[in-house]
Amino acid sequence: MSAILEACGLDLRFGAVRALDGVSLDLWPGEVVAIVGESGSGKSTLLRALAGLATPDAGRVLYRDAEGAAHEVHAASEAQRRRLARTDWGFVHQNPRDGLRMGVSAGGNIGERLMAAGARHYGGIRAAAAEWMARVELDPARMDELPRNFSGGMQQRLQIARCLVTGPRLVFMDEPTGGLDVSVQARLLDLIRGLVEELGLAVLFVTHDIAAARLLAHRIIVMRHGAIVEEGPADRVLDDPQHPYTQLLVASVLAA
Amino acid sequence: MTDPMPQEGGYNFAYLDEATKRMIRRAILKAIAVPGHQVPFGAREMPLPYGWGTGGIQLTASVIGPSDVLKVIDQGADDTTNAVSIRRFFARVAGVRTTTRTAEASVIQTRHRIPEHPLREGQVMVFQVPMPEPLFRLEPRLVETRRLHALGDYSLAQVRLYEEVAKHGECGSAYNHPVLVNQRHLMSPSPIPGFDNPKLHMSPALMLFGAGREKKIYAVPPHTSVVSLDFEDHPFTPRRAPHACAFCGSTESYLDEIVTDDRGGRMFVCSDTDHCATRQEAREAAE
Repeated sequence: MSAILEACGLDLRFGAVRALDGVSLDLWPGEVVAIVGESGSGKSTLLRALAGLATPDAGRVLYRDAEGAAHEVHAASEAQRRRLARTDWGFVHQNPRDGLRMGVSAGGNIGERLMAAGARHYGGIRAAAAEWMARVELDPARMDELPRNFSGGMQQRLQIARCLVTGPRLVFMDEPTGGLDVSVQARLLDLIRGLVEELGLAVLFVTHDIAAARLLAHRIIVMRHGAIVEEGPADRVLDDPQHPYTQLLVASVLAA
Repeated sequence: MTDPMPQEGGYNFAYLDEATKRMIRRAILKAIAVPGHQVPFGAREMPLPYGWGTGGIQLTASVIGPSDVLKVIDQGADDTTNAVSIRRFFARVAGVRTTTRTAEASVIQTRHRIPEHPLREGQVMVFQVPMPEPLFRLEPRLVETRRLHALGDYSLAQVRLYEEVAKHGECGSAYNHPVLVNQRHLMSPSPIPGFDNPKLHMSPALMLFGAGREKKIYAVPPHTSVVSLDFEDHPFTPRRAPHACAFCGSTESYLDEIVTDDRGGRMFVCSDTDHCATRQEAREAAE
């Protein structure tokens, strides 16, 4: 088995700020990896660079598709990258407004990815949208409503349905539970965990919530000042942190 | 048919100067070479306001020659203010013959309709277009719409169609229904009714579209495939009012609904006045 995503030596500067400083990582099929770190440590930038949304100054990202063919993400043409982004990948934004079309009904939002992939059968698109709404615990009867009528947690679930409807193999999530209250967060994490196991997805998610990382991730990557300072199995990193920064991070979690 | 008028002095033939016409013709040639693709051009100020057909007039001025016969329609009618004014404008500044007969015209400038009479090879249709971008209102950034056109990514238009079917249960907006030209470019067919969309497909005439305010030209060359966007299980269906024309009795032509009083009285008549008049004449001749 070979890695689904390989990044090596990623560098990205924003002026004097080194947002990414020689970052390398591998992601294996079916693996859930959390990227943790404080604000400004380069977590989201790394995610965007891996997903082809930001272009690094140096380094390369290799994606291996279901047939085993390798695609160099930043060397691929925009058309190829967009095709990957809407068939093989999903990207869940922190703010559902960035990932949803707020002027389009819930069903249309889910259906857009199918139509982008070539679906032209209205009944089929609608059935798939209804099925996915049910899977993310939204009432399919509300599929003709606009997302703005939905609560924040429901919008986030809708965004996840939209990402997963085309059966991606790799999902990027940027603080999927950010901005939600604790009980909604717990349900959403539960839902994500169930779907990831069921679909065998490879997931790379950014969070500053150590509890979410422990719950979802197999492996944790700790970032600071644009570089990876520690990485390892989730339980090992959280229970026996080696790097002083990780120790600080774990120690500063508030116990309920 | 009116006799050619002597050309008004002080103007270049057909109002525009030759350099401008050449620039517009270049844009037209490029538009014809890439069917459905919007080509930018330097639209000039015309002696009428935006929205009244400045784009169409500039196209007509660039393609018309002294031997051409011009017909101008507005919503299918030859006798509305806009149509009459534009016809008189070209009669004055180009001295060309004008007509209301579709079959006799070599250049037809139109707003919102394609004539009922089948077009023939050699005819040029000039459309006045208010908004050339079919992804307008779906994607607010023009840079992004250009990128979507380049990538041939038209899922947004399909999403709008999905929303229409979800809301109204059928496919086919009343007008301006987007079409795919030559299996490549999504195109706004100017605001013609969906009823006229099939007339664009494999038409023997050349179709030119001009948007003066938006400064874009696009074209459908003769015998080019033009397919209205739809779903497999909700095929595009052109619609017309289910009535017969009150004047000529046609049950095939596109009808306008005219309110005749304030007590709910209404009548349906052909939107294409030339088509209606021809049918009425034929009926009178037969009687």
